[in-house]
Amino acid sequence: MSFDSVSMVFPDGTHALDDVSFGVDEGEFVTIVGPSGCGKSTILKIASGLLDHTDGSYDLADDNLGYVFQDSTLLPWRTVMKNVELFDELRKGDKSARRANAQRVIETVGLGGFENHHPKRLSGGMRMRVSLARSLTLNPKVFLFDEPFGALDEITRQNLNEEVGRLFKELNFGGLFITHSIPEAVFMSTKVLVMSSRPGRIIDEFDVPFEYPRTAELRYDPEFARLSGEVSKSLAAFH
Amino acid sequence: MKKRLGTAWPPLAVFAGFIGVWYFYSGVILDEVERNISLPYFHNVVDIAFLDGENRSELLSATWTSAWIAGIGLAIAVALGLFFAVLMSQAKWIERSFYPYAVLLQTIPILALVPVIGLRFGFGIGARVIVVVIISLFPIITNTLFGLKTAEQGHHDLFTLHKASRVTRLFKLQFPSALPAMFTGFQISAGLAVIGEIVGGFFFGRGATDLGNRIQLYAARLRAEELIGAIALSAGLGISVFWFFGFLRNRFTSSWAEANHT
Ligand SMILES: Nc1ncnc2c1ncn2[C@@H]1O[C@H](COP(=O)(O)OP(=O)(O)OP(=O)(O)O)[C@@H](O)[C@H]1O
Ligand SMILES: [Mg+2]
Repeated sequence: MSFDSVSMVFPDGTHALDDVSFGVDEGEFVTIVGPSGCGKSTILKIASGLLDHTDGSYDLADDNLGYVFQDSTLLPWRTVMKNVELFDELRKGDKSARRANAQRVIETVGLGGFENHHPKRLSGGMRMRVSLARSLTLNPKVFLFDEPFGALDEITRQNLNEEVGRLFKELNFGGLFITHSIPEAVFMSTKVLVMSSRPGRIIDEFDVPFEYPRTAELRYDPEFARLSGEVSKSLAAFH
Repeated sequence: MKKRLGTAWPPLAVFAGFIGVWYFYSGVILDEVERNISLPYFHNVVDIAFLDGENRSELLSATWTSAWIAGIGLAIAVALGLFFAVLMSQAKWIERSFYPYAVLLQTIPILALVPVIGLRFGFGIGARVIVVVIISLFPIITNTLFGLKTAEQGHHDLFTLHKASRVTRLFKLQFPSALPAMFTGFQISAGLAVIGEIVGGFFFGRGATDLGNRIQLYAARLRAEELIGAIALSAGLGISVFWFFGFLRNRFTSSWAEANHT
């Protein structure tokens, strides 16, 4: 997936993105941090085709795309199983294959036994897991995350960070992740991009060298702290 | 069980108070003649309207007639209401074209329309059904339309990402999102349907005898006990349909919807 000098001006004149270029390859996990309202969600909406950009070019190698929103966006009237089956259902997949696929990813995210629960009976963290499972049914080559864990408590968030890291290594997708949390960005990614406030531009780029699998220990590594500090400085320098 | 009894106490107490006021009014404020032609004692009403076999079966059969005529009208209103709501949900310009008339339909006093309906469609059961449809259509349209539009943007995005057709979106997203609001509409309309049926019966006397016919007759003949009995049954019928649709709503939405009222 690649963005080449993409700009976005909304019909009402809001200039959201200005000359944004970057790429995400398979096996890369890119995280974008930036001030609120700088156009991060807009990047994902363009990447997924929900929005059309106004200038520059954008290329997606494979349209099999996972997209996890900030809100779990589960359909409340469907059980966990039926929610996870939704995408295959919309794509008119074979019914028994659909069920088997859903069962498999439900186990992957550790929700075996909750197949028949409705979302209202799940905790916020469990709902995000279902949302993640739902996208996993697609076997995506590219995975977009829009602040998926922003509303969760710290421990749940860290667990899910480790879990997504594990999935990333296992499935080798290209990840594009958005967050407000700098430690989360450094923990998850192979590369961190820093955006300016609106109109959003990419002002800095940090490679994150740590090996996968990354475990909780990494958060206490001096190198981790140093890198987080640099990202933080870069973000602050622009305000 | 214990809890149920607990929640039943307050309304029962209010009922007892109501009967008390009734006795006070009939016994102390009214003289005997006034009492006999307007508000007889509670026990006289029970005696004459409900314990007398002939009167009772007359009233119950009228109630049954009202129930099925209201039911037919309501079924037609539901079908029409859903049709128009879905139509209006499909495009803004369709909504703008029809919605003012739905509001208009609501603002015309039904009593003013009744003679016109009678003159055009006769004074039988068909005319009563039409009154029911007119009076109960609006809440179904508005609540369903509102419900169809409450589907969250994030959910719509999911369906857009996976290239869902309009029909798929309607059945897998918009209708389920609309269910709670739809049932609220049905519930309001069901109560109105009963009122419409009785108002219709009041004017249209041909065909099966319903509560409206009975109320008119009892009033004309100063049969106050049966008149009050008929009014009580009308209210009972209204409450039953209201409860019935509340029950249906819980049945279909309480397992997943976040909050439930009533
Ligand atoms: N449909 C739209 N029409 C006009 N302006 C819009 C639209 N959607 C977003 N914007 C504007 O574009 C800018 C970028 O929005 P975006 O949602 O991408 O921000 P963000 O970086 O994701 O912010 P946050 O961190 O708060 O989620 C904001 O100023 C927003 O007000
Ligand atoms: Mg955003």
